[in-house]
Amino acid sequence: MQKIATREAYGRALVQLGHQDPRVVVLDADLSRSTMTVYFAREFPHRFFNMGVAEQSLMGTAAGLALCGKIPFASTFAVFASGRAYDQIRNGIAYPALNVKIAATHGGLSVGEDGASHQALEDITLMRVIPNMTVIVPADAEETRQAVFAAARHEGPVYLRLGRLPVPVIYEEEYVFQIGRAHILREGEDAAIIACGLMVHEALRAAEELDSLGFKVLVVNMSTIKPLDREAVLRAARTGAVVTAEEHSVIGGLGSAVAEVLAQELPTPMAMVGVKDTFGESGKPQELLEKYGLTHRHILQAVLTLKRAPLGR
Amino acid sequence: MVGNSIRELEAKARQLRRHIIQMIGKAGSGHPGGSLSAVEIVTALYFRVMRLDPKNPHWPDRDRFILSKGHAAPLLYAALAEKGFFPKEWLLTLRQLGSPLQGHPHCRYLPGVEVSTGSLGQGLAVGNGMALAARLDKRDYRIYVLLGDGELQEGMVWEAAMAASHYGLDNLTAIVDRNFLQIDGSTEQVMSLEPVEDKFRAFGWEARTIDGHDFPQILEALDWARRVKGKPAAIVAHTIKGKGVSFMENNPDWHGKAPKPEEVERALAELQDQEG
Ligand SMILES: Cc1ncc(C[n+]2csc(CCOP(=O)(O)OP(=O)(O)O)c2C)c(N)n1
Ligand SMILES: [Mg+2]
Repeated sequence: MQKIATREAYGRALVQLGHQDPRVVVLDADLSRSTMTVYFAREFPHRFFNMGVAEQSLMGTAAGLALCGKIPFASTFAVFASGRAYDQIRNGIAYPALNVKIAATHGGLSVGEDGASHQALEDITLMRVIPNMTVIVPADAEETRQAVFAAARHEGPVYLRLGRLPVPVIYEEEYVFQIGRAHILREGEDAAIIACGLMVHEALRAAEELDSLGFKVLVVNMSTIKPLDREAVLRAARTGAVVTAEEHSVIGGLGSAVAEVLAQELPTPMAMVGVKDTFGESGKPQELLEKYGLTHRHILQAVLTLKRAPLGR
Repeated sequence: MVGNSIRELEAKARQLRRHIIQMIGKAGSGHPGGSLSAVEIVTALYFRVMRLDPKNPHWPDRDRFILSKGHAAPLLYAALAEKGFFPKEWLLTLRQLGSPLQGHPHCRYLPGVEVSTGSLGQGLAVGNGMALAARLDKRDYRIYVLLGDGELQEGMVWEAAMAASHYGLDNLTAIVDRNFLQIDGSTEQVMSLEPVEDKFRAFGWEARTIDGHDFPQILEALDWARRVKGKPAAIVAHTIKGKGVSFMENNPDWHGKAPKPEEVERALAELQDQEG
């Protein structure tokens, strides 16, 4: 199975985009060889700005460039983008609805050995709650490539959440990504799994295994967390059981976004696969995903539990 | 006599370097360059200057060390283990699932770690808090904060620098590991920092520059910092990133990369040769 990290796909896409649109500029905070903006830096040294280890200055500078008609992509690790520079993003970028694209890499537990200080498990929540912000969590390399182009076409702030770890390729070039539109990867009527990021592949594996147990499960790639594809959520809910899966805290992320829709429009038994209100720790990515309950087996178990005892589990 | 104890410190420094190489080699990831550059500074603090009791890590009168550049965790762990805060066998569990030796130091997991760091730029302000608490409690412990030079690019460092002089925190010493490298290359190319010493002075500090691998200079500077009254003191320690392992020295590629088994062997052999 071919695997490519979404940060790698991001770095390559930026170079393509840079050739197409001279307004595109890229900023980084001393992590260009990890966020992969280094490819753009090599191709367009005059349109690349390394701000040093200074994430707040990174976001402020991106705001200024956007105010003068540029399309800045600002990159650093997700913890520092969403955490250290939160006010710069909230007040400096989103409030005036500036055309800044925040491409944050190293989201989630799969950062691995660097440990909790570097594992963003709350960034989707933090970004989703800000008005004007669009939040995208691509599932694989091709979706990332298209999301980069879509973000550049979109007028307004975008938060792109990318990963460190190479992840399985799901999509070919024929796939068409659109901001705000979920993609149904597998049909089914017994239950639905709504996933994002590297959990999409886990969801597909869980659905295959559930198939052999006699359950037909709908699998939705909810790559845009905001604006959420309400129709897709309702369609998933019509199966009668919805499991969400994200490499993120269960508080405030994809699961919460889905629950917000369903609680108000179509109350449906739900389970959320994600990190349960705790910090991560050092370890190999796969070990951490196991320990914190983020594998296809955990999704499968959640679906079965929901099917057997939908309420008051 | 003094000469002898310098030789002891040098031997201790080589021991810390061996630990660093072995730990990161075993872990398969980690940050050798910035761990090796600050070995002499940390050795001087832990084995000569700081008032500590490894049997009583929470002793209220202990001096405090803050590794603001948290990615140099292997260096801190090596010093703490050598000092007796925890068994040396723990060192080889670095970065493994369940180990108290997290990729970046966590004070809830490991005795001797004062502050959880890893997000750069935050240590100096925490040091200010400790220095203010010492004053409130009429205690005479001192606080030492080790910063990276790239780390100085964080605005929060300068917010804290301003506060330290505003409150006249003369029980606080900042030491800058001035190795002239960060991840993306040379500090002066990525985001120039010079003149570092003058920046601290402009913020109301006493400041001086030393060779950060020379024990007499380090000890003299730490002694000077203790004598400064009414102001915080900054020591800008010129160092070599990757110091002690020829193929890592001054090479930004070794910022955050683990040596392979054969590279571990080569590094340990070089350190053996330095044994005088
Ligand atoms: C707030 C924050 N931003 C970015 C990083 C990622 N990072 C880790 S080390 C480093 C470079 C630090 O350079 P320097 O302070 O010179 O460290 P040294 O040379 O001593 O290793 C960066 C950008 C981080 N840990 N924290
Ligand atoms: Mg440095």
